Amino acid sequence: MTAAVATRTTGLRAWQPVIRFGLIGGVVGLYLCLVGIVPTFDERPLVAGVISLGQASLLLTALATGYLAATRAPSARRGVEIAAGALAGGLGGSFLAALVLIGLGLGVNLRAVLLHASPELYDTLTLGLGVSGFWVPIVLGAVCGSLAALTASLPASIRLPIVWGFTAVVVMGLFAGLLRTPSLTTPVAPLARFLFAPEGLTVAGAVIVFAIGAGAAILRPRAVPRRRYAALPESRRKVVLRAGVLLLVATVLVLPLGLGSFFAQVVAIVAIYVLMGFGMNITLGLAGLLDLGFVAFFAVGAYTVGLLTSTGEFGLAGWPWLAAVPFAVLFAMAFAAFLGLPILRIRGDYLAIATLGFGEIVRIMAGSDLLKAWLGGPQGILNIPKPIAVGPDSFLAGPVQIYYIALACAVVVAFVAWRLRGSRLGRSWMAIREDEDVAEATGVNLVQTKLLAYMLGGAFAGLGGAVFAGLVGSIFASSMQLFVSINVVALVVVGGMGSNPGVVVGAIVLIGLPELFREFAEYRFLFYGVALIAMMLYRPEGLLPSRVTRRELYSADELEAVAESEIAVAVPAASQEAGR
Amino acid sequence: MTAILEASGVTKRFGGLVAVGNLDFEMEHGSIASVIGPNGAGKTTFFNCISGFFHIDEGRITFEGDEIHRLRPDQISHLGISRTYQNTRLFPTMTALENILVGEHQHLRATWLGAVVGTRRQRDEEVRALEEARRLLTFVGLRGQGDMLAAKLPYGDQRRLEVARALAGRPRLLLLDEPTAGMNPSETLAMTEFIRRLRGELGMSILLIEHEMRVVMGISDRITVLDYGLKIAEGTPREIQGDPRVIEAYLGRSASVDVSAAGPAGPDPASPSPGAA
Repeated sequence: MTAAVATRTTGLRAWQPVIRFGLIGGVVGLYLCLVGIVPTFDERPLVAGVISLGQASLLLTALATGYLAATRAPSARRGVEIAAGALAGGLGGSFLAALVLIGLGLGVNLRAVLLHASPELYDTLTLGLGVSGFWVPIVLGAVCGSLAALTASLPASIRLPIVWGFTAVVVMGLFAGLLRTPSLTTPVAPLARFLFAPEGLTVAGAVIVFAIGAGAAILRPRAVPRRRYAALPESRRKVVLRAGVLLLVATVLVLPLGLGSFFAQVVAIVAIYVLMGFGMNITLGLAGLLDLGFVAFFAVGAYTVGLLTSTGEFGLAGWPWLAAVPFAVLFAMAFAAFLGLPILRIRGDYLAIATLGFGEIVRIMAGSDLLKAWLGGPQGILNIPKPIAVGPDSFLAGPVQIYYIALACAVVVAFVAWRLRGSRLGRSWMAIREDEDVAEATGVNLVQTKLLAYMLGGAFAGLGGAVFAGLVGSIFASSMQLFVSINVVALVVVGGMGSNPGVVVGAIVLIGLPELFREFAEYRFLFYGVALIAMMLYRPEGLLPSRVTRRELYSADELEAVAESEIAVAVPAASQEAGR
Repeated sequence: MTAILEASGVTKRFGGLVAVGNLDFEMEHGSIASVIGPNGAGKTTFFNCISGFFHIDEGRITFEGDEIHRLRPDQISHLGISRTYQNTRLFPTMTALENILVGEHQHLRATWLGAVVGTRRQRDEEVRALEEARRLLTFVGLRGQGDMLAAKLPYGDQRRLEVARALAGRPRLLLLDEPTAGMNPSETLAMTEFIRRLRGELGMSILLIEHEMRVVMGISDRITVLDYGLKIAEGTPREIQGDPRVIEAYLGRSASVDVSAAGPAGPDPASPSPGAA
């Protein structure tokens, strides 16, 4: 088909998409350099002694440019595709060459404005050749582009192993340091040393990881697993499902063990956010109330636990953690009722702004001189005991116990949310979300119902705060940042509104990954922005959107007719989507 | 017969505009009444006053003897008034069945704690609610479509689903805002039959706003004509047809032919020829 098109639209026009990809690739490359991603990541090797993460980010851009250009090449012939890849890659590289020429050749002091246009960056771009090496990015871009185009033109049986292999190397290169450190104290230490450098993979490790990735692509099950699963008889399907659930539960349970306290800390934080995300899923996902002051209830929960359990200066009772938690939840809930009553008559965007204000007020009050005598002001509350008192050698020491506690709480919250969702209350929340006026005319008491959603969301945020206090052992007003609220909202939106599995995925992507790659913390919000924009463009319903609950329960003879009518409706819906 | 709905001296102003002016209205238990009038005559405003969306500036509205004009929409709904909307307003991303279940809201008693714990009472109630919703789905002819998202239903089905949602509140008075708007003649006929069934089988009182004269003249016991917010005529279909003020204000312009074609109103008029509309 492509060939037929090519004969008609020859000349420059046919190359337009290719050139466009080249230009986009060039801009992306330039951006990566000038916001400092390339120089910062250059300090971290992907494969030790061979390639740094910064270089890899540029090469990957070139590879992607070439690959995409090849798919839009004016003809499906391999030669044309490779030419397209080379052209796009080279065009992208020329942007960087221009940067070198302007910065080094003409001596324009770009650093006055663009802090990251440093000599080190030019060294990276020209492989240390200085201004006479300005051609390096063009050639490298063209080479990468044509290699990617060549890969794209190969049959799937060869292409997929290559792509999978490279993906495996990049992913493992990122995680190598995290995997190596904890395994050094275990019997597999020699293997870890062989595969992983202190940061990044060793050369041998890279080869092995590539081979494993490629092998996995070759050996991957031929049939799509889901279709295979559907083909199984009912009884077997149940067995497979149960085995899958068991495997998942087991993975979740052993996750923090054996990977060191840093990793345990990260998964504990993710679990706390999952717990709060479940709560937010009621307020935002079900009832549609955009609450940007979630952190207020988080703070109430944290401070309640802090005050009741601390053995330090501001501790009131010195209770065990577990005894304080119910009070933290109740206080957060009461506080939500107190805040909610006046503001829940406000609709939509205004509600978001009002709640945003409350979140900030709580943070500032907590750190103020006014309440210093009770809440410790900026010094905060210290010496909050761990929830479960164990010796330092126990496997429950440190963040691991917090992980399990947060997990248990998250399960409870998910259960509550699930039960409510299918109840009269869940339906009235959804009705309010969809059309407030009609919901009211249908008999739903707006204030009462919204307040309940707000209070339950607040209760779960308070629970999150209580667990958080147990994790860090001290509470400061400065921990109660607006970012806590934004994080919770963002992970619900990215995961899929109203979907609990979505919350888990959202928390891993938006909280877990940035925590794991602390050294790139500077770019956390860049990553957020890109992720959110990409989500809104390509998957506005979220990564794992909630499914429609099926409840009419067709009788067998109706099923067929229904399936037909569903197809009839699905078609116009699909064409509408395409039209947008 | 006693009045189920009574309005006296109802006035609703928007700034300087009198949308409804000093309106007296009365309808009997178990009757079908219609409000007609040109566009902008204040018909839907009157509906919104009854269902509590608007607070009236003067006058009073009573339902079965109770004053309702100071109540909130949800309280009015609890008393036994349900309504549909001129432009269908379903809960679009909920399934058809869930839409009906929301309509049953006021008859369910489960608390949030009961729902979380899953008390026996709550579970029984859910089972019954679901049964009732399926029954209503069948009643309006949407059996088999219950798990479809409301937004994905065809237009006619959406209107019927809206009626089902209103019926789920087990109202004694049903307000239908242009139930046949945008329907073709055969759909219109089906809807007319359906409205008649509602009164006949469920003993409901029905108040409708309608533009389609064939429907109005065919099923109404009483007709009220509004123009510029004022009541200009009231009576049986036959009286309205002959009223010169009505013909002048409204029917005279385009619909008078339709009216004469519809023939005398009776409990069961011979099915009008579908092509005339």
